[in-house]
Amino acid sequence: MYVYMGHMRFKDTKPYEDGFWEKNNIRLVQDLITDIAFEQKTLFGQSGTEYTYDQLVIATGSSPQTLDVEGENLEGVTGFHSLQDLSFIEASSKSHTKAVIVGGGLIGIELAEMFHSRNIPVTHLVRENRYAASSLSTEESAILNPHIKDHGIDLRFQSEVIKINGTEDGKVKSVTTQKGEEINSDLVCIAIGVKPNVRWLFDSGLEINAGILVDEYLQTNIPDVFAIGDCAELRHPGPGRKSIEPVWYTGRMMGETVAKTICLQKTKYDPGIWFNSAKFFAIEYQCYGEVLPEHSAKQKAIFWQDSKQEKSIRICYTDSGVTGFSVLGIRLRQRVCEKWIQLHYPVEKVLEDLELAFFNPEFSVSYGDKIRAVYQSMTGVHLQTKRNRGYNSIYRFLKHENAQTP
Amino acid sequence: MSYPTEESLSLRPAAYPGISSAQKLYIALGVIALLISGLNMAGKFLPPDLSLWLAVGLVSISVIGYAVSMYQGKQAGIKNNYVYSSSLTRRGTIAWVLTLVITAFYVLLYFFPSLLGFSDSGNTGFIALFDPLSQWISLKPASQWFVYGCLYTLAILLFGVKFLLKYKGNRYQQLRTGSVMFFQLCFAFIIPEVLERLNQPAMDLKNMWPLNYYFFFDWHLDQLRAAGNPGLIMLAWGILMILVISPVLTYFYGKRWYCSWVCGCGGLAETAGDPFRHLSDNSQSAWRIERWVLYPVLIFVLLMTAAVLWTYITGQESILFLNSYAIREWYGFLIGAIFSGVIGVGFYPLFGPRVWCRFGCPMAAILGIQQKYFSRFRISTNGGQCISCGNCSTYCEMGIDVRHYAQQGKNIVRASCVGCGICADVCPRGVLKLENGSVDLHSKSAL
Ligand SMILES: Cc1cc2nc3c(=O)[nH]c(=O)nc-3n(C[C@H](O)[C@H](O)[C@H](O)COP(=O)(O)OP(=O)(O)OC[C@H]3O[C@@H](n4cnc5c(N)ncnc54)[C@H](O)[C@@H]3O)c2cc1C
Ligand code: SF4
Ligand code: SF4
Repeated sequence: MYVYMGHMRFKDTKPYEDGFWEKNNIRLVQDLITDIAFEQKTLFGQSGTEYTYDQLVIATGSSPQTLDVEGENLEGVTGFHSLQDLSFIEASSKSHTKAVIVGGGLIGIELAEMFHSRNIPVTHLVRENRYAASSLSTEESAILNPHIKDHGIDLRFQSEVIKINGTEDGKVKSVTTQKGEEINSDLVCIAIGVKPNVRWLFDSGLEINAGILVDEYLQTNIPDVFAIGDCAELRHPGPGRKSIEPVWYTGRMMGETVAKTICLQKTKYDPGIWFNSAKFFAIEYQCYGEVLPEHSAKQKAIFWQDSKQEKSIRICYTDSGVTGFSVLGIRLRQRVCEKWIQLHYPVEKVLEDLELAFFNPEFSVSYGDKIRAVYQSMTGVHLQTKRNRGYNSIYRFLKHENAQTP
Repeated sequence: MSYPTEESLSLRPAAYPGISSAQKLYIALGVIALLISGLNMAGKFLPPDLSLWLAVGLVSISVIGYAVSMYQGKQAGIKNNYVYSSSLTRRGTIAWVLTLVITAFYVLLYFFPSLLGFSDSGNTGFIALFDPLSQWISLKPASQWFVYGCLYTLAILLFGVKFLLKYKGNRYQQLRTGSVMFFQLCFAFIIPEVLERLNQPAMDLKNMWPLNYYFFFDWHLDQLRAAGNPGLIMLAWGILMILVISPVLTYFYGKRWYCSWVCGCGGLAETAGDPFRHLSDNSQSAWRIERWVLYPVLIFVLLMTAAVLWTYITGQESILFLNSYAIREWYGFLIGAIFSGVIGVGFYPLFGPRVWCRFGCPMAAILGIQQKYFSRFRISTNGGQCISCGNCSTYCEMGIDVRHYAQQGKNIVRASCVGCGICADVCPRGVLKLENGSVDLHSKSAL
C-alpha cells in the first residue's frame, strides 16, 4: 500500500536488510513446495529440489476469500494479498480509470486509500449497513462513513455482488449487485477476508479443518511439524479468542513461541490480551481486549466522541471489570490497557486513571475529563483524577500495582 | 541469492500527476522574484528598496501560496503521497539541478562573494539588494553574511509556515516549529544585528560551542573582553550554556531541546529540508560511516579548541609540530564552510536534510553521547503494536532504523535521534511516542 502510494520503496518495506539472513545463518530459498513426505521428513520443491528437515514449521499464510459468483475469473478481477496482486494493481492503474472494491473491512479501506492517492474513482461495495461492522460499534462506524466519503469514495452499503460481467474477450466490464444495480468498472478488487492457504496439504496426512489444526504448543498431529500464522487453526483457543486470527501480531507471537520450543524451551502459545489496530484513511484505530460491536446488559460501554475531530473512545465493561477499549483517532498505551483488562479493574478506577493510558504525542489534549463527564451523565457518579499522570506514575502503576488486584 | 526488486515486480513509482495551475502560478512568482534579484545584479533598473521588498514579497507569496494550495482544505494527516514519484523528492533531475544551484551559491558566498557583488568600496548586484535593510537595522552596508542571514531566516520562516500547514493537528510539531522559527528570527538574526548597531559584539546567544567553533578563538575572546561588562556577560553565558544549561536540558529532554527546537541548522533542516527527510540512508553501512566521520570531527574540534586556547594563554603558536592557527584555518575551511555549509545544505535533495547534523556536527555528537547514557529521553514502543511497515525508518531524517527496535518491542535510545517526532507521526499504528522518564517502562527487568 505504501509502495503504491509512493511513500516508500519496495525495499523499505522489508523488515530486515537483505544481508540479515546470511549474517544470522538463515538460508533463504525461493521455491514453491508442492508436496511433503512427512515419513521421510522431506519437502519437494517445484524447482525439483528436495529439502529435508528435523523440525518443520509451516507458515504458508492465507489466500483471499472468494465470492463464488459467476465471472470471478475474468481478467481484471483481483484480490489484494500478495506482491503479485500489488504488481497487478499497479500495472492496471496506468490504464484503468475506475475501480470497484468489494468488502468493508481493513483491506478494502487500504485499497480505497490507494486508489484515492492516484485520483482513480472508486465505488466501494459493503454488504453490511455500515463500515467495519464486525469490529466497530454503530457510533464508531458513523465517524468513519463520512470520513471515507469525504475522500470521494462512493461508499455503498447493503450491496452484495451477485455477478461479475465480462466483455467478449474475457475482461471484466461491470458488477451486478443484489439490488439489480450494474456498476461499470474494468478493475474489481475483492477484499472480503482471507482463508488459510492449506488446500495443497489436504491429503498430506495433516489434520486440517479450515486451517492446519494445532495444539497449545502449535504442534500439528504429525511429530516435529508445527504450523503458525494465518494457516494455523487452534484446537483450543483461549476464552474469548477465535481459533483462527489472521493478523500480523498473532503470527509474530506464534513464531516466537515455536522458536522457543525448537530451541528446547518448550513453550505454550499465550497471545495475552487481544489487540489490533488499523488506519482508515487518516483515522487511526486501536483496540484492546474484548469489544463487541453491539452492547447488551452484560457488556456495557461508555462512549465518548468528538465527531468534528473524528475521535472517539469506547470502554467496554461488565460488572466484574473492564473488558476492552476501542479508540478512533487516539492512541492508547498497550501495557496499561492490558493490565486493566487482565486484572479486571473496575470501570470507575480505570476512568479515574485514564490519563495513564494516553499515548498521543506530547502536548496533545487529554480527553479524560470529557469521558468522565459522559460517565457522570450516564450514572450520576462524579469522578476525578487524583494523581499526577507523568511517566513515573505510569511506571509505578505498572510495577507496583501488580499485587493488589482491586 | 537474488531478491525481488521494484523493477522485477513492476513497482516503479507512479507517474507524478504534476502540479495544479495555481501551483504553477506560485512557482512563476518565485521565478519573477529571482529575476528581480538577477536584474539587480545586472544593473540597477529598480530603486534598491523597491526591488528588495518586491523580491522578498514575491518569494513569500510564492512559497506560502504554494503551501496553502497544497494543504488548504485537506484533512489533517500524513501527506506523503508521491514522495517517491516526484523528481524533486526521489533524486530526479530537478533534485540534481537544485543541488547544483544551492552548492554553487554556497561556494560563491563563502569563497567568491565579490561575484555576488560584495565589495568593501560599495556593494553591487545581489548583495547590494540587501543594503537598504542592512542600513536600516545596523546602519551599515550589507555583508555577505548579512545576506546569508536574511536568506536563511527567510527560508526557515517561509518553509516553517509550509511545515505548520502540512502537520496541522499535531501540537508537538506546531510548537517545535514555532520555536525554531522564533529562535532563528530573534536570536540568530535580529538580536545580533541590534547588538551590532549598539556597538556590542554581535553574538547569537543560542549558538553554542562546539557548533559555534570560533567561540574560544582569540579574536572572539578579545572582542568580548574589549566590550566590557556586556561582553563578559556573553562570555559567561556561553560557558554557562556549555557546562550547565545544556547538560541539564539534555538530561531531562534529550538532545531534541537543541537540535529540533532551537538550533538554526536543525531549523533549516526541519523546515526547508522537510520534503527530503526520507533520503537519509538507514542502512547499517550508513550508520557505520556516521560513527567513523562524526566522532573524528568531534575530536578535531576538541583538539583545535585546545590548541587555540593554548596559544591564547601561553602565546605560543605551535604545539609539538602543529601550528594552532593552521589547525583552526583548516577546521574553518573543511568543517565550518565545506561540510556544514556547502555539503550540509547543498546536498539536502540528495542525502536528506540532516547530513551535517548526522555526520558532522560535533555539538550533536556531544549531546548524542549524553542522550545515550545520561538522559531521560527515549522513544517508547507501544507493546506489540508494530506491524513492521517501515514508515518510521523511511522518514527518519537521521537514518535511524526505528523499525528495528519497534518490531522487537524495544524502546529507541539512540545517540543520533534529534527528537523531531516524525517517526511517531508517520506510524500508522500509533506505536511510537517521544517521552522523558528515568526508568524504562518497557523492559521486563525494570518492571
Ligand atoms: C493487504 C493486507 C493488509 C494487512 N494489514 C494488516 C495489518 O494492518 N495488521 C495486521 O495485524 N495484519 C494485517 N494483515 C494480515 C497479515 O499480513 C497476516 O496476518 C500475516 O502476514 C500472516 O503471516 P504468515 O506468516 O502467516 O503468512 P504470510 O505473510 O502470508 O506468508 C506466507 C508465505 O508462505 C509462502 N507460501 C505459501 N504457500 C507456499 C508453498 N506451497 N511453498 C512455499 N511457500 C509458500 C507465501 O509465498 C508467503 O511468502 C494484512 C494482510 C493483507 C493482505
Ligand atoms: S528516531 Fe524519530 S524522532 Fe528521532 S530523529 Fe528519527 S524520526 Fe526523528
Ligand atoms: S511505522 Fe510504526 S508500525 Fe510501521 S514499522 Fe515503524 S513502528 Fe512499526
